[in-house]
Amino acid sequence: MALAPSSTPMLTQTDVARIRSEFPILKERPHGKPLVFLDSAASSQKPIQVIDAMDDYYRRYHANIHRGVYHISELATEAYEEARRKIARFIGAPEAEECIYVRNATEGINLVAYSWGRTNIRRGDAIVVTEMEHHSNLVPWQILAQQTGASLRFVRVTDDGMLDLHDLDRLLDGAKLFAFTAVSNTLGTVNDVAFLSARARAAGAVSVVDACQAVPRMPVDVAAWGSDFVAFSAHKMLGPTGVGIIWGRRELLEAMPPFMAGGGMIGVVRLESSTYAGIPARFEAGTPAIAEAVGFGVAVDYLTAIGMDRIHRYELELAAYALERLRKMKNVVVYGPGIEHRTGVISLTVGDIHAHDLATILDSEGICVRAGHHCNQPLMERLDVPATARASFYLYNTPAEVDALVAGIEKAKAIFKIA
Amino acid sequence: MNDFSGMDALYRDFILDHYRNPRNAGTLEQPDASFEDLNPLCGDKIRMDLRIRDGVVEDVKFKGRGCAISQASASLLTESIKGKRVAEIDAIGKEDVLENLGISISAARLKCALLGLKVLKQALALKYADD
Ligand SMILES: Cc1ncc(COP(=O)(O)O)c(C=O)c1O
Repeated sequence: MALAPSSTPMLTQTDVARIRSEFPILKERPHGKPLVFLDSAASSQKPIQVIDAMDDYYRRYHANIHRGVYHISELATEAYEEARRKIARFIGAPEAEECIYVRNATEGINLVAYSWGRTNIRRGDAIVVTEMEHHSNLVPWQILAQQTGASLRFVRVTDDGMLDLHDLDRLLDGAKLFAFTAVSNTLGTVNDVAFLSARARAAGAVSVVDACQAVPRMPVDVAAWGSDFVAFSAHKMLGPTGVGIIWGRRELLEAMPPFMAGGGMIGVVRLESSTYAGIPARFEAGTPAIAEAVGFGVAVDYLTAIGMDRIHRYELELAAYALERLRKMKNVVVYGPGIEHRTGVISLTVGDIHAHDLATILDSEGICVRAGHHCNQPLMERLDVPATARASFYLYNTPAEVDALVAGIEKAKAIFKIA
Repeated sequence: MNDFSGMDALYRDFILDHYRNPRNAGTLEQPDASFEDLNPLCGDKIRMDLRIRDGVVEDVKFKGRGCAISQASASLLTESIKGKRVAEIDAIGKEDVLENLGISISAARLKCALLGLKVLKQALALKYADD
């Protein structure tokens, strides 16, 4: 992903200062230090607009949706569906009905594995996944393979943390499904989703894209990607926990049986059998996360108003600065590819300091980083590291926070008596 | 040294020493009791092997990887149980391990500090369940 020249202006320090003022949590002072939140890849913070919208929903128009004929139920239904339309536009989905609300990306991927997978995958079929998948986009396919008698094939990762595509067409030959991440949550590697989706289609395989780390941080157009299913979570893109989207092409979704059954997803119900609603209702059994959907819509408004292009370029700028500073540090190892192939997610180790100890010391400075295997155990084994500390940047982070991270790492080195 | 906001108290010299030079590191051939466990959240891993004669721990070795807290704690634990009766080891509690470490451990790191003890107890439980 190149730093594409663009007509839109960069995010300035003033823009970022205004953005920061809209995130109440950034005023917190853990251990008496300013909060330096560098773990947005795990879950982002929320602007006041999102918090207020959910609060407003509960105060003024909470009611179940698609059920009541009264005014506030109509308001709730409209807000829920309006959010779906906003999200659909945001990701370039041809139709809002193709966007199914789920609890999170994990549930979205499981929906595809259970509903599409158990209808279409048979004994002897092949499922292709990559070595850099989050467990959420690996374990559901392992279970599907075990239960159907299908086999798994793996796209491997190169030493510099990229997908090794030299034998992709051979791996895809005869495969029914190809599941891959758009962006690695551990290395920040950006994959070429349009290319991978096209190769899958050419081989007759359905593509399932884990877009958890892409939708929050770069412009995404699922139609231009040419993928079949795309999953992501609201909580990583300024929205609340408890809601996410699985987008799928209409013709695929319409041919799929329900994943969960209950109220709201039916057509006609008789004691012995029922018919099912069309999409998206067929896949949204039971009362959904209404307040969260409303908050998700406002999060998308917030990102749209700033512009994903600008957010992406700002994040790359921070990442480039961080990489430059970190790579100059003695005894600091940074994993993953160069800036031209990555985004603002940086995994590192420092001397013989275990990632946990590093994270504890950084925490004492108010700096939040993730430590561990990042739900990415096969990738960690591939790179032969037991655990890394991961810093991830987002639109509210600043170069000064990169400096704080560097200073925190220096402190850790001093405590562990490392040069 | 400057202000390390308690971090230099947590990562004291003897903790770093046990981390970098773990006592009783390694494995035993044909141990009388053995167990390996990991903390799946962080990937810390510890294996403990014991040689037991007449209800007394004659030798103990541990092998692991993980943070300074988990490895130092396990190392200290192996030192403290050598030559002890199994009944005495049964009586070792979390408080004893934390006291032995001599540092205050935050809730988030408690699992690390106690992993060695957990593995030790499970090794013994397994052995005496078999008998
Ligand atoms: C790449 C990737 N896939 C999947 C997930 C799972 O997301 P969720 O827990 O919201 O379902 C994450 C989040 O950690 C992720 O980074």
